[in-house]
Amino acid sequence: MPIPSHLTPADIAAFGSEVEAIRNEVMASRGERDARYVRRLLKVHRCLEIGGRLGIYASLALLPQWGHALAGWAFFWPVMVLGVLTLGAAKILENMEIGHNILHAQWDWLRDPEIQSGRWEWDHVCPSDQWKHAHNVKHHTWTNVLGKDADVAGYGLLRLFSGQRWKPFNLGNPLWALLLAVFFEWGIAIQELELGRVIQGRMKWSALRPMWLRTRAKILRQARKDYLLFPLLAGPFFFYVAGANAVANIVRNLWTYLIIFCGHFPMDVHVFTKAEVENETRAHWYVRQLLGSCNIKGGKLFHIMSGNLSHQIEHHLFPDMPSNRYGEVAPRVSALCAQYRLPYNTGSLTRQFGTTLLRIVRMSFPGYSPLLDGPPPKRAPRARSTGDTATPA
Amino acid sequence: MTIRASLARLADMFAYPLRHSHYVELVNPLWTTHALMARVVNVREETADSRTLTLRPGAGWRSHRPGQFVRLGVPIGGQRHTRTYSISSAPDREDGCITVTVKAVPAGRVSERLVRQVRVGEYLPLGEPQGDFVLPESMPVHPLFITGGSGITPIMSMLRNYVQEYEVVPDTVHLHYAPRERDVIFGGELDTLASTQRHYQLFRHYTQDGGARFSAGQLEAACPDWREREVWACGPASLLAAVEAHWQAAGLSHLLHVERFHAPVAANTDQATAGRVLFAGSATEAQSDGVSNLLRIAEDAGLNPKHGCRMGICHGCDTKLVSGCVRDLRNGALIAEPGDTVQVCVCSAVGDVELAL
Repeated sequence: MPIPSHLTPADIAAFGSEVEAIRNEVMASRGERDARYVRRLLKVHRCLEIGGRLGIYASLALLPQWGHALAGWAFFWPVMVLGVLTLGAAKILENMEIGHNILHAQWDWLRDPEIQSGRWEWDHVCPSDQWKHAHNVKHHTWTNVLGKDADVAGYGLLRLFSGQRWKPFNLGNPLWALLLAVFFEWGIAIQELELGRVIQGRMKWSALRPMWLRTRAKILRQARKDYLLFPLLAGPFFFYVAGANAVANIVRNLWTYLIIFCGHFPMDVHVFTKAEVENETRAHWYVRQLLGSCNIKGGKLFHIMSGNLSHQIEHHLFPDMPSNRYGEVAPRVSALCAQYRLPYNTGSLTRQFGTTLLRIVRMSFPGYSPLLDGPPPKRAPRARSTGDTATPA
Repeated sequence: MTIRASLARLADMFAYPLRHSHYVELVNPLWTTHALMARVVNVREETADSRTLTLRPGAGWRSHRPGQFVRLGVPIGGQRHTRTYSISSAPDREDGCITVTVKAVPAGRVSERLVRQVRVGEYLPLGEPQGDFVLPESMPVHPLFITGGSGITPIMSMLRNYVQEYEVVPDTVHLHYAPRERDVIFGGELDTLASTQRHYQLFRHYTQDGGARFSAGQLEAACPDWREREVWACGPASLLAAVEAHWQAAGLSHLLHVERFHAPVAANTDQATAGRVLFAGSATEAQSDGVSNLLRIAEDAGLNPKHGCRMGICHGCDTKLVSGCVRDLRNGALIAEPGDTVQVCVCSAVGDVELAL
């Protein structure tokens, strides 16, 4: 879907400078309050991490075999589940509101060497520098440009937009999507390795080797912690702890998948062709970020637990603005959109994820979906649509 | 590897990707090993515009040599500003604390914050002791100290060290300059030393109360044997320039040790200023017109720096400012603090600049 035609180049430039003005104003007002927020966040994460792991060990003392008054599955399970969920919450917080945002250089201005984008390593199997390349450089620069942004192309696995060519492999879309959700962390780590290109023979294994070695080192360190060291502490109950940690990691995977898929795939989101973004100005880039992102409505805790990616639009307009400010910027951005008659795609989690699921199912079949992707362009998107039924369904 | 170090490494594996010390920090910031912090345990007014902070350094602090300085981080509006201050206390005090004495510089936000606002109980990031403005390990026979204003601080550490370690100050001549009597930092303590230590001779000069600035005659009168003494001088630039010129003229520069205070000077200009750009990491120099972005300048100079979006979004080209000043081309903001992050794709040089790139 191209950039709305009711805007003249002058309108777009004006929109761009108004967005820029918001950015400058907020960036100049960063201060004590923001520093306190991120420091508190780091503390809360560390406490949750300790609390979650202690909860898991505490549950082991309630196993029926101990025979004491509280021993029994009825006591074991609630404590175990609470521990796993707390650890999962810690990992969610670490990956999203902390890691993702620090790696976007949102907190570099504090000049605290402990919270710098260049030094931060996150609790995730993808090495942070490789992720920064895939995410900050590719995804944030080329947001929703088919053939450029791997995220919007379903992480190389899914067909998500009418503009993508259908292949029989896409019939498995719902299954692949489910697998991606459960192993999301691994999907992201593998994505940057571009295995697809190796399998297709367009790249040699040897070219991949340096990156693979870094990824492997990261995977080993992550696995050593969750699946060896912490389980060993439990002695004979090794597998209970390893299992609990695995579930906590999967809880994190499912939640991050849920939030991230709602960022760019709900109904009415725009995608772009490479031709459409040629010679793009900074103002055009802002418009594209706006049209290619979707927000989720929710409360304060929901926003924090989603790393403020529920304010995906604001995040894409201002990727290096401290995330705690997105909430206060959102009404100004949406007012600006109303003024310029630009869509501001926001909705409940049900609406956004519901239409995302619909998309996953619909796009497993060939054809164009006007419901999800709006009226089809008059001319079929060039080249890509040759194998596609470009006529309205 | 010691058992302690092995245990710490093992604990770090559990805490990965953080370190165990990040969790220890929750209990007490002074117990961390990943970053050195100091707790402000006392503040004491010295003069109307100077203050002594007593700091308790955290684990990992090693004692300083008298005369050395530390880097102290000062948060202002959440942002860390780092400045260096001479330590004014003797090393290895019984309470394990150190003191720094800070004078409020006019319009100096950092010194102003330290002198007026820092409260007991705050934690400040601290660096390791640094600098070679120190007395030789073997006691020199007779030092000559020349100090001006807050330049007294490293010398105070030396004098206090004499008293703490040997109870005796050796044959010492000390020329101290201050604007007025009430501006003298450690005035009472210096007077006590002068009256109780037989070999310590103190000469105080008040440059605004009719006293003279440093001169050859003044030196000759106070210290006739100045040619035979090793000299430690610390103070404002004008004093140090006069002292250096004097010793150089006498051909005795090798006897002179000088400690300067550096205050980063921010460029205050709205105009494009051409200049030289030094890419320190690649030992390459280029010319800047003050308008072109630094990524472009680096590439034109034959470098191929890491970069991504070329529009200031992805932070793929971030590097550190070593010295000088750059302008963010998006909003005109100036970045002049050494160590600050520079997005080279959207920044231009303002005059001469050195980047870590």
